[in-house]
Amino acid sequence: MGFENILLGFQIALTPFNLFVAVLGIFLGTIIGVLPGLGGANGVAILLPVTFTMPPTSAIILLTSIYWGALFGGAITSILFNIPGEPWSVATTFDGHPLARQGEGGQALTAAFTSSFIGALFSILLITFFAPPLADIALKFGPPEFFAIQLLTFSSFVGLGGGNPLKSLVAILIGFILATVGLDIVTGQLRLTFGFTGLMKGFDFIIAVIGLFGIGEILLSVEEGLTFQGAKTGMKFRVVLDTWKVLPRYWRTFVRSAFIGFWMGFKPGGATPASFMSYAFAKRFSKNADRFGKGDLEGVVAPETAAHAAGVAAMLPMLTLGIPGSPTAAVMLGGLIIWGLQPGPLLFKENPDFVWGLIASMYTGNVIGVVMVLAFVPFFAAILRIPFAILTPLIIVVCAIGSYAVHNSMLDIWYMLIFGVIGYVFKKLDYPIAPLVLALVLGDLAETALRQSLIMSQGSLAIFFNRPIAGAITAVAVFFFILPIITPWWRRMRGKPPAPLKPIAMDS
Amino acid sequence: MRAADLITASILVLFGGLVLFDALRLGVGWGTDGPRSGFFPFWLALIMIVCCAIIMAQQGLKAIRPSFIEPGKLSPVLKVLWPAILAVALMQWLGLYVASALYMGFYMRWVGRHSWAAVISLAFSIPLVTFLVFERWFYVPMPKGPLEAWLGY
Repeated sequence: MGFENILLGFQIALTPFNLFVAVLGIFLGTIIGVLPGLGGANGVAILLPVTFTMPPTSAIILLTSIYWGALFGGAITSILFNIPGEPWSVATTFDGHPLARQGEGGQALTAAFTSSFIGALFSILLITFFAPPLADIALKFGPPEFFAIQLLTFSSFVGLGGGNPLKSLVAILIGFILATVGLDIVTGQLRLTFGFTGLMKGFDFIIAVIGLFGIGEILLSVEEGLTFQGAKTGMKFRVVLDTWKVLPRYWRTFVRSAFIGFWMGFKPGGATPASFMSYAFAKRFSKNADRFGKGDLEGVVAPETAAHAAGVAAMLPMLTLGIPGSPTAAVMLGGLIIWGLQPGPLLFKENPDFVWGLIASMYTGNVIGVVMVLAFVPFFAAILRIPFAILTPLIIVVCAIGSYAVHNSMLDIWYMLIFGVIGYVFKKLDYPIAPLVLALVLGDLAETALRQSLIMSQGSLAIFFNRPIAGAITAVAVFFFILPIITPWWRRMRGKPPAPLKPIAMDS
Repeated sequence: MRAADLITASILVLFGGLVLFDALRLGVGWGTDGPRSGFFPFWLALIMIVCCAIIMAQQGLKAIRPSFIEPGKLSPVLKVLWPAILAVALMQWLGLYVASALYMGFYMRWVGRHSWAAVISLAFSIPLVTFLVFERWFYVPMPKGPLEAWLGY
């Protein structure tokens, strides 16, 4: 059954216009991934208004291609400049930059891009086979099941996110509260507007994404002091071929990292922890673990495979359940609604050309991506040599354009600046931003699911526990929520000192 | 860091209080056909206030107190922030293109100390390219001011 679907998809993805869109997206995405302050999420958000006039399938191909480009771009800055352009490429700097310093930059980059490609391919294959049955199961879900999945989504930020779990919870609640601002579609009442007409339409999460990630990130990087000291970028075809001869040696690392990436990725915020976890596992199982951190190729392969596998896997829940696995996927979900599509399991039934065109474009996009980045590394690396005094106002102007274009509203540019300052303060104080954005996106859906469930049960919360699927998911969610409470207690029982709170950035 | 944490948590508690106040106005209980409008915000705000109270208590017990920002580092941050605010204010009157030309030119000269030739050529060409891309190719309108009106847009 799946074969003719994917064939239909390729017919759509391989049209000249859609191929052009993919090339353009990857080109822009790689630039976005290389630039500090612009990442996958806000890059997609800024370019979202440009897609309003496109057919939905081309629009989603553009946005996903930007995402793939950003994933590839992060590796370039990590390896050559020791600056992780994206949080999930932090682990790539550990061995990638030492390799570049030793003059093996070309080898490290080839390994990184190839690993990214293989990681992505692995996840796309799994999506191709598992998305349709998952969507079939999701079709049987009612409001309690959907609310339970929402709980699970947010509980994994609290329980597995690292850092202070209370701050994660507060960030989620702020997102949900901001989502309630404006007109309540169920009762028609105005909420939290206090008489201001500007607040009636509520806060658009796209503005929040641009401000929190874009402006906040610039302020943070100014404070840290930007200095780019790049290693030389020599990229010869010979080096690429030689590296490809060596890489099959690491097949175990590839397989393990791809599995870690996929497994972590379809849960929210997965790409960054997946890359660290994969690096740690590779070091643990390696015969020459002492070479890790000094420039071991395996130390580049492991995090890049996992990060890219996770980045792609984040698309699975977005497509099948309508629940995004990362802020970038959340922005795409917002795009789906704007283009007039209903995200969720019905998408497979009602818009098969869209879904399968998208899935097929993941294959073509990543093939185009790996070829493009290999060919144009020196160009992308040169972007970082643009002086800071030109880059900063340029990025801020681009953010302003993106914010204004969503609703043609000047007020949104001011909101963007305010969100930028909030993002800066929150990042400094370790309040995670990704769950806030996700809560803002999912707020209406979560509230509707909760209300409908409570109406079904006459107000009893038991409905989330006594239906088999909802009950199981809720139980896991509750476990994750209380995990930060039971972990120190458990460690004390076994006579170990409590682990220090260590934040993991989860801005994928 | 402690003071900043306490202040942020206090602001969030105040914000939560505001939400509670509004939720109580809307009604937090069971209406004729299900939970009323204030139900969801009420519980969100309540849990948030409790979390913030615990965060404040945690901060009170903390021994190590790194400062929020090192003294010398605040000024570069403000140096990015206030021209940006000014530029957005200008956008309201002059439109996005003129405002960003002025903003980019000012910033390049003031922070980057680039030559006047570079400043003028970039500050002119980048908004022009932006104009062509958005207004001409993608038909995405941007805020416009007197200059664009004079040119007939």
